[in-house]
Amino acid sequence: MKIINFDHFAATKMRQEVKDAMEPYFIGEYGNPQSIHTLGDEPREAVDKARLKAAELLNAASTEVIFTGSGSEANNLAIKGTAFARMEKGRHIIVSKIEHFSVLNSVKSLAKLGFEFSEVPVDKYGSVDPQDVKNALRKDTVLVSITQASNEIGTIQDIKEISKIVHENSAAYIHTDANTSCGFIETDVKELGVDMLSAAPHRFYGPKGVGLFYLKKGIRIMPLIDGGIQEFGRRAGTENVPAIAGAGVACELAKKELKDRTSHLLPIQKAITDGVLGGLDEVYLNGHPEKRLPNNLNFVVKYIEGESMLMWLNNIGIMVASGSACTSKILKSSHVLNAIGVDPALAQGSLLISLGEDNTLEDAEYFVKELPAVVMKLREMSPLYEEVMKRNKK
Amino acid sequence: MPVYSEKVMDHFQHPRNVGEIENADGVGELGNPTCGDIMKIYIKVKDDKIEDVKFKTFGCGAAIATSSMVTELVKGKTLEEAEKVSNGVVAEALDGLPPVKMHCSNLAADALHLAIEDYRARKAGKGPIGRVETPEHDEDEHDLLEHA
Repeated sequence: MKIINFDHFAATKMRQEVKDAMEPYFIGEYGNPQSIHTLGDEPREAVDKARLKAAELLNAASTEVIFTGSGSEANNLAIKGTAFARMEKGRHIIVSKIEHFSVLNSVKSLAKLGFEFSEVPVDKYGSVDPQDVKNALRKDTVLVSITQASNEIGTIQDIKEISKIVHENSAAYIHTDANTSCGFIETDVKELGVDMLSAAPHRFYGPKGVGLFYLKKGIRIMPLIDGGIQEFGRRAGTENVPAIAGAGVACELAKKELKDRTSHLLPIQKAITDGVLGGLDEVYLNGHPEKRLPNNLNFVVKYIEGESMLMWLNNIGIMVASGSACTSKILKSSHVLNAIGVDPALAQGSLLISLGEDNTLEDAEYFVKELPAVVMKLREMSPLYEEVMKRNKK
Repeated sequence: MPVYSEKVMDHFQHPRNVGEIENADGVGELGNPTCGDIMKIYIKVKDDKIEDVKFKTFGCGAAIATSSMVTELVKGKTLEEAEKVSNGVVAEALDGLPPVKMHCSNLAADALHLAIEDYRARKAGKGPIGRVETPEHDEDEHDLLEHA
């Protein structure tokens, strides 16, 4: 059976070029980049080169790029690193209601240490109003962290405007979580006007186990991992040379292919949207209709539960995700769907699709053809659907 | 998906006794749409025996499989025997459930017991009982993760 990956936010297949770039640093050039002797030379060059490629993708200087162990770590570093470094200035942080858990749980952990945070709301499309950020700013606000694009509903925020407002009205730093967006839309740090940015190469055909953190020159953070002078002293620990080398190539490819990726993904995204909304009753698209990532779709299918939908689709080779309580491992439906006003009962029918370069229009057609049967099978089994049918008859 | 046992997958993919019994003698409906599980079990009772049983379930793979399994376990049994079938017995008959599912999605036996209760209430002229809402999980997710 053909496997169709509609869950690229979980994993993308590494590009062959990426793997090839990693290969020399496992056994052959296994040295430590910090070594003065010859064994360190090649690995050091590999890390330097990857840093340059990452910097080029973000339009930053090489010295402004720090490699971490993951996108989540980069988010933690931005938030906790800023909080700890700027404690004397203030203890207030602003985030949005639809941030990734690595942001939300970072501020919640800080709250237990006496820090405060505000969550700015989003509208029904998941957009943050920059004015709400302005209104939430306080004298003691040290950081604003808003995701560039939601990892669930794909809505793209106006980070440029938010950065401008934050800088004009406060001394707070501005960080954006670009872990979902980087590699698929522009992440030019100068254009965005941010002080910090996180990115996750495994989301754009790079390896797992490495994250990117942009730290603008002059911005002060406290490291979370103390030790040696790796990563300009901002993140100690021997470099994961193969992963970093791979991340560099993934960044190089992303810069080169950004436009092609969009033009490949948009027709597939449209075919799925039209097919799902046209082929089924009582199905809704979540997120912004236009200002959204080209590789994400989020539907609510009424009267059925996401995990059972996911399992049936899995049976026919289609891999998707869901924001239902049952799929969450913490038994709560998606906080993002909640924030855009989706009723918690309806959020159970969440269907989360994330596309990638291996997807085709045929994949979209197959999915659109098969989905109604899966949905009907589950609806016929659903007491909620039964109630609605009876009500409609009356 | 190795998250679930083969038996769970079998009952999920080929659920037994799905449907509604017209003029059922007892109906047990249990759950909470906010948590993502609602189970509705219909029984037809004759001579104190469960002559027929059917279910409708809104929920995850485990919710559907436990509903299917409980109907299979009690069909033809006396009410007294059926009352002894607990959520634990159902989970065991499915070769176990992932720990996270044991609490939330393993309510099928409770729904069946409610159907029996409903049958008795109706007989006594006190029924029907209607849907019973189970409480939501309202723990803070951050704490839940910390303690996971």
